[in-house]
Amino acid sequence: MQFDVTINGHKHKLELESAEHGWHCKLDGQSVPLDAVLAGRDVLSLLIDRKAYEIKRERTATDTHLWVGPVRYAVELTDPRSLRARKAAAGADRGTVKLVAPMPGKIVRVLAVEKSEVEAGQGILVVEAMKMQNELKSPKKGVVQRIMASEGAAVNAGDVLAVVE
Amino acid sequence: MFKKILIANRGEIAVRVLRACRELGITSVAVYSEVDRAALHVRMADEAYPIGRAAAAESYLNIPKLLEVAKRSGAEAIHPGYGFLSENPKFARACSEAGVKFIGPTASSMEMMGSKTRARQHMERVGVPFVPGTARGLQSLDEAMRAASDIGFPIMLKAAAGGGGKGMRLVHAPGELKSALDSARSEAERAFGDDEVYIEKAILNPRHIEMQVLADEQGNTVWLGERECSLQRRHQKVLEEGPSPIVDSEMRRRMGEVAVRVAKAANYCNAGTIEFLVDQQKNFYFLEMNTRLQVEHPITELITGLDLVHLQIRIATGEKLPFTQDEIKIRGHAMECRIYAEDPDNNYFPSPGKITLLLSPAGPGIRRDSGMYEGWTVPIDYDALLAKLIGYGSDRKQSIGRLRRALNEYFVGGIKTNISLFRRILDDSEFQAGNVDTGFLDRLLAHPLAHAEQDGRGPEIAAIAAGLFAMLESSPPVAGQSNGPARIATKQSTGGWKAAARTDALR
Repeated sequence: MQFDVTINGHKHKLELESAEHGWHCKLDGQSVPLDAVLAGRDVLSLLIDRKAYEIKRERTATDTHLWVGPVRYAVELTDPRSLRARKAAAGADRGTVKLVAPMPGKIVRVLAVEKSEVEAGQGILVVEAMKMQNELKSPKKGVVQRIMASEGAAVNAGDVLAVVE
Repeated sequence: MFKKILIANRGEIAVRVLRACRELGITSVAVYSEVDRAALHVRMADEAYPIGRAAAAESYLNIPKLLEVAKRSGAEAIHPGYGFLSENPKFARACSEAGVKFIGPTASSMEMMGSKTRARQHMERVGVPFVPGTARGLQSLDEAMRAASDIGFPIMLKAAAGGGGKGMRLVHAPGELKSALDSARSEAERAFGDDEVYIEKAILNPRHIEMQVLADEQGNTVWLGERECSLQRRHQKVLEEGPSPIVDSEMRRRMGEVAVRVAKAANYCNAGTIEFLVDQQKNFYFLEMNTRLQVEHPITELITGLDLVHLQIRIATGEKLPFTQDEIKIRGHAMECRIYAEDPDNNYFPSPGKITLLLSPAGPGIRRDSGMYEGWTVPIDYDALLAKLIGYGSDRKQSIGRLRRALNEYFVGGIKTNISLFRRILDDSEFQAGNVDTGFLDRLLAHPLAHAEQDGRGPEIAAIAAGLFAMLESSPPVAGQSNGPARIATKQSTGGWKAAARTDALR
């Protein structure tokens, strides 16, 4: 099978085929000899050139991360031939980023103004939860399209609080 | 011996206490709030009772409810754990009035040591060394000014009613005093309901070294060795160890004797801890006494070979201490990491949620006191302590090595934890040399994290692994089960249909 794999934003082409003894694997055109077994629903024992890696997976409804040693990678995997993948690539509004409440809490301060320009890392809102305050920052340089929450509002985990384009 | 004990707590400490009950043949009664129904301590206990809504005030701090459960379950004693009601004299008194034994000190000992100013007043009488300061709360700005100039700047304003950094202000110069006093008072009022603030000389870069004591109800009191707790973030302990790298046996004996004097002056019984500040000349000053079992008690258990919770229970039955001071030996070195559900990359913001994968360390010299399990959802309503990981070795170097090794085995998926922080600490050369003080962690975290020398192939390995997960999970052969290569569902199902077709055709 062929895959398009995106690791922390970088695209790779992966070919994987199960074979008599092990796997045929090509990454970005290069052959990689390997052996692999699942050791649990989210644990993979991978041997490459006799080096052993225990890969752990974390999956949420929206994303997947894999751990190689102490490093965590954001992973996206698509079969380039699938219809769904082609549709998604065409329609994705890549520029828009949503600021989401990471946990239930209360908005104690709104730092930015709708339609204003913000820098990457600039604070947009301050959420208070578990007796601590946390500043939610814009992950990118752009324009604050909408701020959905106001000071004093209670929010739930997953609530979209602001949209930055 | 008690037949039944109610554990008025939750999380890892409730699990630890119920294990001691099991070992002593005592029936354990757990209590749980609505969000803790699936908690580990409930699963493991012998009996469990619901005590109300998530908010601690309605459940784990609810004295009438707890006593009602004690009555209904027939529990003869209550172990309060740490935090919650463990240092609440009202609770200790209420237990006594209800005919239930409170496993800990008396209410009056708690009251004496519960206010830092009152504790100072009592301790001054028994010749306990103090950080120069006032033993009484400041009544006015003028009084604060006078005291500060007598003591000499820099000074520390502190709340009499509590700790954790609340109501504390470091003041360098007279001009800052008024605003510091005002804000310390209001913070103390908000946090403890008591705005009493006192003043102490600020000791720069002190070490925080505490001494464990144990006393039976006949007044026999011993010290059990010190713990170094200087690694703190926002005045919360993060990593502790024992013995302290700077305490030799002579200093230990002197600190121990002062600690015992403090405990005796408070008519103390059961387990307690005396906290000291130690300056760079190794002078130690009484800070406060914690009238309960502490989070970091496993360190003392490992270096003395004693089980403190067993001893707490036995003392509460009226038993005499089964050893003398001379029989206590400190051996080896132990170090504890407090694993919290917080995000080190996001200012340690709490990170509740579902634990989707848990790989727990084990092996030589490793102790793990944990309240979490795979599939458990960490609630937002309480302190975020998930587990304590303790490494024990014959010396400090070995305990660090074992802890480092165990941290690499520890994987908590689905939530963020501070596990990566401990790698940074243990790899630090100053830490390895034992050069720590209460400013250490702030200094370490102020430096941007140098990106570790990684296996440069990390991203490629992740890419390959992503594809393998996708292909393997459609037909999951588990390690060791299949003799041949992993077969993919599509091939299997094709084979199945073909076989069925052939079979049909043959009929």
